[in-house]
Amino acid sequence: MSRPRTRAEYLARLVPPSVAGLNRRSLLAGAAGTTALLGTGLLAGCGSDSGGSDAKTVSLGSNQSDPKPKEVVAKVVDGFQTSSGLQVAVNTVDHNTFQENINNYLQGRPDDVFMWFAGYRMRFFAARGLAGDLSDVWGRLSGMSDAFRKASTGDDGKQYFVPSSYYPWAVFYRKSVWQQNGYQEPKTLDDLTALAGEMKKDGLTPIAFADKDGWPAMGTFDILNLRINGYQFHIDLMAGKESWTSDKVKKVFDTWRGLLPLHQPDSLGRTWQEAAQSLQQKKSGMYLLGLFVGQQFDGDDLADLDFFTFPEIDPAIGAKALDAPIDGYMMARKPKQEANARKLLEYVGSKAAADITVKNDPSTLVANGEADTSGYSALQRKAAEVVGSATEIAQFLDRDTRPDFASTVIIPALQQFIKDPKDIDGLTSSIENQKKSIFTD
Amino acid sequence: MSDLPLIRADRAAPPPAAATPTGGRRRRVRLLSGTDRVVVTLMVLVPLLLVVALVWLPAGATVLLSGTDWDGIGPISDIEWVGGRNYADVVQNYPPFVPAVQNNLLWLAALFVVATPFGMFLAVLLDKELRGTRFYQTALYLPVVLSLALIGFVWQLLYSRDQGLLNAVLGTNVDWYGDPGVNIWAVLVAAGWRHVGYVMLLYLAGLKGVDPSLREAAAVDGASEGRTFFKVIFPVLRPINIIVLVVTVIESLRAFDLVWVINKGRNGLELLSALVTQNVVGEASRIGFGSALATIMLVVSLLFITVYLATVLREGRR
Repeated sequence: MSRPRTRAEYLARLVPPSVAGLNRRSLLAGAAGTTALLGTGLLAGCGSDSGGSDAKTVSLGSNQSDPKPKEVVAKVVDGFQTSSGLQVAVNTVDHNTFQENINNYLQGRPDDVFMWFAGYRMRFFAARGLAGDLSDVWGRLSGMSDAFRKASTGDDGKQYFVPSSYYPWAVFYRKSVWQQNGYQEPKTLDDLTALAGEMKKDGLTPIAFADKDGWPAMGTFDILNLRINGYQFHIDLMAGKESWTSDKVKKVFDTWRGLLPLHQPDSLGRTWQEAAQSLQQKKSGMYLLGLFVGQQFDGDDLADLDFFTFPEIDPAIGAKALDAPIDGYMMARKPKQEANARKLLEYVGSKAAADITVKNDPSTLVANGEADTSGYSALQRKAAEVVGSATEIAQFLDRDTRPDFASTVIIPALQQFIKDPKDIDGLTSSIENQKKSIFTD
Repeated sequence: MSDLPLIRADRAAPPPAAATPTGGRRRRVRLLSGTDRVVVTLMVLVPLLLVVALVWLPAGATVLLSGTDWDGIGPISDIEWVGGRNYADVVQNYPPFVPAVQNNLLWLAALFVVATPFGMFLAVLLDKELRGTRFYQTALYLPVVLSLALIGFVWQLLYSRDQGLLNAVLGTNVDWYGDPGVNIWAVLVAAGWRHVGYVMLLYLAGLKGVDPSLREAAAVDGASEGRTFFKVIFPVLRPINIIVLVVTVIESLRAFDLVWVINKGRNGLELLSALVTQNVVGEASRIGFGSALATIMLVVSLLFITVYLATVLREGRR
């Protein structure tokens, strides 16, 4: 699930697509999705009636339905049209609708190029033959780090994804509050606990916390797991290869249990916006969230925002890995205009496209390392540095594992843990049993 | 059914003179002209096809899919049959299932015991032609008309722990939506708020249709107001009572929108319908498992519908 970028987008998401003012195109797309569901088998054969190979068009399925990101996509597309002389038909679908219909969309008649995220789901589509191999495009891309290449690679070692932007998860705080109270960025878990104790004495809630929507607590689980057990264990656990009843997982929950009293209480009824506002109003000392937390801060408050990466827990593991979900583009399995699609994918991964994004959207970080980032704010620059120096980049729990496991098992389990942190054994064995019933193949 | 022809005599085909008195059945068919027969056939066939295509086929497909582990991807030939495993998983291995059943029952009880009688009570009051009846009527019915997104939003403003009206006014710190012991009651208040308006309108319509001479007769006989209602009006309104009862049962079985808007049916707000949606709709695509949940819901609904139909048919036969 991608995080809402603006408050307006968050509010828009409260409205189910059935009531929201759908535009005609998304309605048609929904109808097409339904048709695809009814006749998947029939439609599968219809995708090959492509026009001539000399056609000057290519279609792009975009999930960037909000005004600001939509405008940025339009500018990037303009850049591509000017430089290549090709015409791009952008088909924008509401962000949530796009994500919920992705199965039907990919099996029906997807656009030649479509937007998606790096992670398990991307690899899953690649393994099921629903996405095109982009290794040749990667051969021509420059400015992409190895970490991004790794994140774009499928299970078969080929690349299926072109990253465009990303944002890190870190612990955010207000510089003014910290200066006033003389707080130092903690380097170890003990430092963090000691700091939280001081904050309590100063009348602050040490760590803002919200989990009404179910996903924010995944960030806490992820970072503790990455610090205690390392990146590889995180990946294996998410892939269903490691047991949830192992001592390693129990240690994560146990550590979390120790930290819970430092978190804002009653988190299950609170949205991340409300938690972010408690940080903004100087009622909380710090908040572990994605860079999008800045959406709740304006002007001077935004300049006052700073962050540190979650401190080290095990010196043998270090504190260099982090969650930094990557957004980007993929190619349909049988694009109508394959050559043009590859050209478009090469362009969206290029420095030129990244430069356009930096100029027009101050809330994301671009993936291409050669991009001109002089337009970044101090916060963006620091975020980019932190991710650049990360040894491993995880994609966030719900992007690193099966979506059914994340949404129907992990969300209720983590909420159960927050409600009743005592019964770790019962909780982990319940997760493990459910995992076995889901990871069957 | 009487033997009277259903159509005007001048449009009916003339009955053949040689018709035997025992061929009653054949005679009745011949009473219909060719056009009539086509119309009748169409009137039966079109709804039948619609019902089969839109109700029975999907329901049958749901039952079939509940025996598979389909994830929504790939041709139908790839679907693997797993028998009753999904059902075993639902009951033994799915923590939200038991709370969901409990919450559905609680929902039914709350609507039946509190909201429905209260709606009826309001209808009786409004039937007294108080001053401003129309205003009260509109105000009470408004929640039924409002879009669900708006309702979710309105109650979020009231119930929010840190910024909500309720905690600000009461000076409390109750986590209305987050505390699993509290949030189901908070939502039931919101659901009841809607349901009261609905029942009120249904019942008011029924009360308006009661023959005033019944009340007069009761008054002449010296019956008190309450006695008139319970001994005369309530029994006369039997058809409306059944409709209200069925509406209450259906509303509590398909309760969904409010909890979905609040937190997608998690953390104390589990409902069967929300669990089905979590599993089937969206990216999760646990279609086999979700279908098993949907089938359980279907069976429970069928139980209620069978009881209802049996009652209605018995009434009709009397």
